[in-house]
Amino acid sequence: MMPSFVRYLTPLVLFLALAALLYKGLALNPREVPSPLIGKPAPEFTLPELKDTSRQLSHTDFQGKVSLLNVWATWCVSCRAEHPLLMQLARQGVTIYGLDYKDSREDAQRWLQRFGDPYVANAFDADGRVGIDWGVYGTPETFVIDQQGIIRHKHIGPLTEEAIQREILPLIQQLKGDKG
Amino acid sequence: MMLRNTLAAIFLASCLNLAWAGLESFDFSGNVEEQRYKDLLAELRCLVCQNQSLVDSDAELAHDLRLEVYELMAQGRDDTQIRDFLVARYGEFVLYDPPLKPSTYLLWAGPFVLLALGIIMLFRTIRQRRQLHESEFSAEEQERLRQLLGNNPSEQEDRQ
Repeated sequence: MMPSFVRYLTPLVLFLALAALLYKGLALNPREVPSPLIGKPAPEFTLPELKDTSRQLSHTDFQGKVSLLNVWATWCVSCRAEHPLLMQLARQGVTIYGLDYKDSREDAQRWLQRFGDPYVANAFDADGRVGIDWGVYGTPETFVIDQQGIIRHKHIGPLTEEAIQREILPLIQQLKGDKG
Repeated sequence: MMLRNTLAAIFLASCLNLAWAGLESFDFSGNVEEQRYKDLLAELRCLVCQNQSLVDSDAELAHDLRLEVYELMAQGRDDTQIRDFLVARYGEFVLYDPPLKPSTYLLWAGPFVLLALGIIMLFRTIRQRRQLHESEFSAEEQERLRQLLGNNPSEQEDRQ
């Protein structure tokens, strides 16, 4: 027979283990679905540029530099909230591409005029098809892409000061270091 | 009677309407294809409203993904290829039926393990109780008990 203290402590230990598990679960965000694209080459696409329709943007544009691809739209409220942070990143010299997702060209151009344009170029994805290939399920989303055009990180939801300082910028530094 | 049937028919029709409210009407080559389409959508999760399948969800993304699934079917892709297409983009989270692999063993086996543990504990408890009853007191002790409780064997019988 088990010693009695083991018998009495077992339920308590089981309860504490379950409580710890559920407590951890509370802190997880179920909306953050890990992307299967991490570590894979950027999905192929060719889309017209937002401002300059004669120009085209494609996955090959990511080659040779560390860059961000920010998925946004004018109808997306949290994109408005993260916009100042993108402006700040652009000022710090981070290369940011945009994927304007299921948007109207006029609205998007007006938005960039009014709030500032942090993007080196914007792919205009009118019907969201390229978005599906990138596994976009809600705007904003931000991908970090390395010099070889490999996706290294995906941030789901609006960027925050904390996410930029703790994840995005260190990763960019590290990826830039890898090259040299 | 007639009225009741009519009312029932109207009620049923409105339920069906609700259920398919979000579904676009695509052209299918036959009922089989349409059923296949709906079955496939029912086992795919909408990533925006995560507790809804692609059939149920009215989210914008669900519309787009339904169109995508329809077009893949029209291109002659089979169910596995269509599932793989979505998994490659959104991860296995889109599947309501997660595949059996090391990271999902616990998920699949967990309920059965718990059930087995429960049954083992149940049988152990039953056996212990039975042993307890049988061996609790010796014949003399039982006799003494009877005396202590008032010398009334028949009443003791009732109580047992």
